[in-house]
Amino acid sequence: MRETFTKGMARNIYYGGAVFFLLVLIGLTFDTVKGLPKTDNSENMTELVAAGKRVWERNDCIGCHTLLGEGAYFAPELGNVYTRFGESTEAIKGFIKGRPVDGIKGRRSMPQFNLTDEELDAVAEFLKYVDGVKTARDWPPNVQG
Amino acid sequence: MMKYESQGVAKLYFIAAIGLFTGQILFGVVMGLQYVMGDFLFPEIPFNVARMVHTNLLIVWLLFGFMGSAYFLVPEESERELYAPWLAKLMFWIFLVAGALTILGYLLVPYAQLADLTMNDLLPTMGREFLEQPTITKIGIVIVALAFIFNIGMTILTGRKTVINLVLLTGLVGLAVFFLFSFYNPDNIVLDKYFWWFVVHLWVEGVWELIMASLLAFVLIKVTGVDREVIEKWLYIIIAMALISGLVGTGHHFFWIGTPDYWQWLGSIFSALEPIPFFMMTLFAFNVVNKRRRDHPNKAAVLWALGTAVMAFLGAGVWGFLHTLAPVNYYTHGTQVTAAHGHMAFYGAYVMVVLTMISYSMPLMRGQKAGNQKAQVLEMWSFWLMTVSMVFITLFLTGAGILQVYLQRFSEDPLPFMVVQEKVALFYWMREVAGLVFLIGLILYIYSFFAKGDEVVFAED
Ligand code: HEM
Ligand code: HEM
Ligand SMILES: [Fe+2]
Repeated sequence: MRETFTKGMARNIYYGGAVFFLLVLIGLTFDTVKGLPKTDNSENMTELVAAGKRVWERNDCIGCHTLLGEGAYFAPELGNVYTRFGESTEAIKGFIKGRPVDGIKGRRSMPQFNLTDEELDAVAEFLKYVDGVKTARDWPPNVQG
Repeated sequence: MMKYESQGVAKLYFIAAIGLFTGQILFGVVMGLQYVMGDFLFPEIPFNVARMVHTNLLIVWLLFGFMGSAYFLVPEESERELYAPWLAKLMFWIFLVAGALTILGYLLVPYAQLADLTMNDLLPTMGREFLEQPTITKIGIVIVALAFIFNIGMTILTGRKTVINLVLLTGLVGLAVFFLFSFYNPDNIVLDKYFWWFVVHLWVEGVWELIMASLLAFVLIKVTGVDREVIEKWLYIIIAMALISGLVGTGHHFFWIGTPDYWQWLGSIFSALEPIPFFMMTLFAFNVVNKRRRDHPNKAAVLWALGTAVMAFLGAGVWGFLHTLAPVNYYTHGTQVTAAHGHMAFYGAYVMVVLTMISYSMPLMRGQKAGNQKAQVLEMWSFWLMTVSMVFITLFLTGAGILQVYLQRFSEDPLPFMVVQEKVALFYWMREVAGLVFLIGLILYIYSFFAKGDEVVFAED
């Protein structure tokens, strides 16, 4: 690098740039959090949904599935599964409950988690709530996720 | 051969790092097989369990690698012994035992039971990608990180302060600070996702870049003898660009999770600048090596350093840019394209920079200036095997990803996920073969530490 560009100048760009853009990120974060109730479906947040999120986490569902496009890529997107299953929490529960213990020969299988009826209700309600989040451009692109 | 005796604690950390790295790759190969033979090891080791083992081992061994690197680098830069070598050793054992117990927990009991055993309900933090560790393990990580930062912080503050050790310290403090967001797990899924990225993105596209750049700068000074002034100027401008682009660049994860629309613009524009610091690292490394004042006998270390710069640019810069603009990400979000990028970026930047530090410092800790001829040749072979196979893993996953996007999201008549997965199985088979080559490269790498051969002849310096 040329001599006219000194180490001191580089250092000032680093300090100035880092502090400035950290403040910008913090500002945008406040704005985002303030505006979330418009899109985050919090009007449908209930005790049951919160319990469902615990079930989701306790069984590490994210270890195979994506949820709104984040997670693992081994099994289908679940952020819109409520829509894909014909807006039926019963269908979701039936699917989870029906997984064979030893899997399906030669195929990727979902484990049998032996969830209780309460847990099944909760996790299905949680997935319905996530489906209600208003994502930009209505992501995912289509019902297949 | 070490300048300060306490630098030697790094060896423990590096040995553990390589051991856990091996475990990571073994589970990677298991998962690669599960992708095409779905019932492999089912239900004993379901995919999600293998995945947490694979990714958590990655994170833990990289942390071991960063800590070992810091313990080696900081005394030399600060021109004094480590503040408390005993603390470094104690923390090593605590971290190793906590890490091993956590991984065993994943493998030996169902995850829900592990959550109960570790009383996750008191402060639920488990079950989120990369942050699967029981809350108590997370607390352990914080304690180890604090003790570690105290130790190297005191060494630096009471010794010589250089740009390199201060930037490294800043990066490590940032690593610890952003990890604290892993304890925040709101019921609101949008908020949860938003702040989850404060750990994941602000690590790999923020503070870890400071760590990487400073480690690279250190090794380059050592192997080329180029003037510190020049190197420090580069270092400042690289990390300046990393933070200027990467902080607001977090927005490339806020496109489709229920966050405001302005992120489409902000995230796209700022993250499109993120390749710049990686490109500068490549220029930096080649520039400095070309201007070298000496030919260091450790050729392998120079190869790793140059390789890091190139592969980080390819994996993070090029493969990151590929899907970072919102209109593209709309289609590729959460597909095999993401997995392709994740692999090459993590390997190219953070795996390789740790292996660079190990390559440079291990011979010194074993009382030699550089490994013997045969060891170096083997190490360079392992470099090429691992690096080329990672390029192929990335290419195969990208192929699978493009097809997946087309069949599942783009074509007239979108197909269901599982149907598409079967259609692209050939790419997964090829990825598995490349993964096995990677494993062979790793075995060769480990073997290179034990190879006996002729000492390298040193040019005087
Ligand atoms: C140093 C080498 C490697 C690194 C740094 C690495 C890193 C990672 C990371 C970061 C993820 C999470 C991906 C994401 O969320 O996008 C992952 C997942 C995965 N890795 Fe690796 N990995 C390595 C080697 C391998 C190898 C050799 C294989 C197997 C052939 C493999 C197979 C997998 C599979 C199948 C997944 C799961 C992807 C999914 O969620 O569907 N990895 N790895
Ligand atoms: C060494 C630095 C980097 C590493 C280790 C890294 C790693 C990763 C990983 C593991 C993911 C997947 C996260 C998940 O599981 O959801 C990811 C996602 C992503 N990365 Fe990076 N990355 C790096 C740099 C970059 C850069 C520089 C860019 C942009 C130019 C970029 C763009 C993206 C985008 C757009 C996604 C989201 C993909 C999606 O929508 O599914 N990354 N990165
Ligand atoms: Fe990112």
